Amino acid sequence: MSRLIASGSEWSFDSIAAFDREIGRLAVDEYGLDCYPNQIEIIASEQMLDAYASTGLPVSYRHWSFGKAFIAHEQAYRRGASGLAYEIVINSDPCIAYLMEQNTLPMQALVIAHACYGHNSFFKGNYLFRQWTDASAIVDYTVFARDYVARCEERHGMDAVETLLDACHALKDHGVSRYRRARPLSEAASLRREQDRAEHERLRHDDLWRTLPDSDDGVAASPTSDAVLDEPEENLLYFIEKHAPGLATWERELVRIVRRHAQYFYPQGQTQVMNEGWATFWHYTLLNRLYDEGRVDDGFMLEVLASHTNVITQRGFDEPGFGGINPYALGFAMFTDIKRICEAPTEEDREWFPDIAGGDWRATLDTAMRQYKDESFIGQFLSPRLIREFGLFALEDDSDEDSVEVIAIHNDEGYRQVRRRLAHQYDRDALLPDIQVTGYDRAGDRTLTLRHRRHRGRSLASGADEVLRHAGRLWGYKVRLESIDDVPGESDGRSAEA
Amino acid sequence: MSTFIDRRQNDRKKHLDNRERFLRRYRRHIRRAVTDLIEERSIADVVGQGEVSIPRRDIAEPAWRHASDGARDLVLPGNREFMPGDRLARPRGASDGEPGDEAANGPGDGSGDGDGADDFTFTLSREEFLSIFFDDLELPDLLRNDTGDLLEPRVERAGYASDGPQTSLAVLRTMRQALARRIALGAPLRRRLAELDENGRDENGDDDGHASPDEERRQLERRLRALPWLDEVDLRYRRLASVPRPTSRAVMMCLMDVSASMDRHRKDLAKRFYTLLHLFLSRRYERVELVFIRHTDDAEECDEQRFFHDRRTGGTTVLPALQLASSVIEQRYPSDSWNVYLAQASDGDAFGVDPQRSRHWLIDSLLPQLRYAAYVEVGGLDYRQPSALARAYARIDAPHFQMAQIGHRRDIYPVFRRLFERRETAAGQRRDTRAWTP
Repeated sequence: MSRLIASGSEWSFDSIAAFDREIGRLAVDEYGLDCYPNQIEIIASEQMLDAYASTGLPVSYRHWSFGKAFIAHEQAYRRGASGLAYEIVINSDPCIAYLMEQNTLPMQALVIAHACYGHNSFFKGNYLFRQWTDASAIVDYTVFARDYVARCEERHGMDAVETLLDACHALKDHGVSRYRRARPLSEAASLRREQDRAEHERLRHDDLWRTLPDSDDGVAASPTSDAVLDEPEENLLYFIEKHAPGLATWERELVRIVRRHAQYFYPQGQTQVMNEGWATFWHYTLLNRLYDEGRVDDGFMLEVLASHTNVITQRGFDEPGFGGINPYALGFAMFTDIKRICEAPTEEDREWFPDIAGGDWRATLDTAMRQYKDESFIGQFLSPRLIREFGLFALEDDSDEDSVEVIAIHNDEGYRQVRRRLAHQYDRDALLPDIQVTGYDRAGDRTLTLRHRRHRGRSLASGADEVLRHAGRLWGYKVRLESIDDVPGESDGRSAEA
Repeated sequence: MSTFIDRRQNDRKKHLDNRERFLRRYRRHIRRAVTDLIEERSIADVVGQGEVSIPRRDIAEPAWRHASDGARDLVLPGNREFMPGDRLARPRGASDGEPGDEAANGPGDGSGDGDGADDFTFTLSREEFLSIFFDDLELPDLLRNDTGDLLEPRVERAGYASDGPQTSLAVLRTMRQALARRIALGAPLRRRLAELDENGRDENGDDDGHASPDEERRQLERRLRALPWLDEVDLRYRRLASVPRPTSRAVMMCLMDVSASMDRHRKDLAKRFYTLLHLFLSRRYERVELVFIRHTDDAEECDEQRFFHDRRTGGTTVLPALQLASSVIEQRYPSDSWNVYLAQASDGDAFGVDPQRSRHWLIDSLLPQLRYAAYVEVGGLDYRQPSALARAYARIDAPHFQMAQIGHRRDIYPVFRRLFERRETAAGQRRDTRAWTP
């Protein structure tokens, strides 16, 4: 009597449902993962490309850049330069996961464990996702956004909408708030906001006012200190949406739509290593458990392991095919290592991680998943043992020097340095320039002042002027960009006319 | 609890809207690429998909990014031999080592670091290719107004009639009519029957001379049964009417000088021009027929193979070819039911009275029959001087006659566009007609 859930490599809806039941039983009942309900959708490769193009969302507003992305992905796929993902999972409630129809049965099981229980529980548990995204509203919101953009195209013309979206897209990385909670917004609320705005516009419109002479003295009354904001604003798109003098109602709403999308993706960029590591750790754990229980056969497990090994391969810096640190590899290694530190700590571990060594691995992992992002996760949990295994070493690259210097390697003096520096690589400041709104000359010529704080003396890459022009287009008046060093020093200013 | 949904049958073309926006935005690039394609490929290959490259620089989406100056750390895996304090040459493409590179840096990043060498390449589908190929290219509207659309009687459905041939009997409609008639005619009888049923229970006898209820009921039932299932008045037939519609047939007459002076290069140019014209017509008409007429001293109709590849010797006289074209039109393609197009290619080497007589023939006999006529003079690369034939033709002043000179492969498409581009006004067109553009 066979205890196998299913065998062979062909999947059917019955067999993947059976796997889902078994994996769900282990994940939820045995390991206590807290997940959204799953909505598992089987799609074809072309639909997967579609999903790629709309940045993984099930619906997306229309824009040429998504068409470009689709073409790029399609080309790479057809040429065989890159394969398609086995799955895409969306941070929504219920958690939508797309499974490719070409996957074999073991792959479908792997993907269900990885996405529908790994990523799913991460979305539901991690503090950044909890704080910044509203899983239950996102699908409604994207539908609203798509329809709104389409209506704008009809009413105001494709060119006007395209120009505006282009400008918003150029600023979208700087349309993210890091320190305030975004209020969830349902489709209905969005619609009401839009209507309220239109209604307000209508009520305010009064033909009589047009006949009044312009008063000059009223303007002069406002204090000039307005030109400098009390506190700088890091969310450029937010500031533009709220304060740009010349934007029409629908334009503000479009700015908001792009901003909301950028904000939705913000946690994903901050938790790549953790998210993938968590999902990989769980597919590995769950499927091995199924194998131990005798519910899957050797052939199944061999295919799973082959795929798993591919995913977590980390090449050395000088090996062909090296593409940076593989988030799957690092994340998987770290979660596995935390489990090991809990279960079988060495002397070194007790010295480095006195609070978790020998503790309950499930509770420790759960806390790590919930309360950290990549930067703090690595800063907290990267062990000397992993630094040795990966052969991590830190370089300092100063553009004033001809060569780069090895600062630290995997030895007693180096561990902390390597860990600190690696963690810092995942800090947002290391990836994106810090540019904030510091001034708005409301009473004067309405110039918007942006301040770029150079991160360790790094200036902006070429193309910055073009982004500035986009900003000017949105703002409607002059936009100035000044650069200062993070150590106080001289500053220079550049400006763009709108 | 998980839900499973099979989405495979759903729309797989969601991206087409975005693609359309992309093509629209880069129309200028794409159009240039299409023109290049026509130049470098043989005509047969052109008609189909086309690869289009757009420089990455033009397609980049700008964003604020760190430049590569200043100081930064890099943590890399795979150390085997380095010790702290070692100095090594700066690794190339070190920025690839940054985490989140793929996610955080858009495609726009490449342009900044000068690695935008690769162009953004993609494939246009046949439809997209053709639509760009023929963009803005249309038969002059003016021509339409001058001669009116060619109308051709076409048989179309036109409702139902009560008589017609048995073969076009509309069964469903007929049965519906029959049912309606049976209901209508039977109604009073059934009403009376119902009355009898109701009354029959109370007053069984009726003495004032009427038939007894039983008798009446029998009568009524007999009459009900006698209602015919199908009557002649029920019959309905699908009516077909002949409606004049713009005709969708076209014939393209290809005239070519095949005398010795037409070398391979010239024939090749001519062939390309014909191919373009054929493509263009195929897009506008459901059916396009081809007639090939070659001529030296005399003219003959032939097939495509011989038209382009057989070589004949002899002088050049144009008139017989035009006359042959006239008679072919008269016999097989009457201009009241065919859109007749004529494209003549020659090196223009005509002598004596032939050019003038050809011009007269063209004006008097041919042009009235034609929707459009084009004369292309094909020549060598250094070909500049209009020929005798061209000089004669240049004096033709008809809105639907155009001429142009082609010296090089790459001239064909622009010339073709010019010949067929939309005209604004009649005056503009006339001027254009006479203008000789080398």
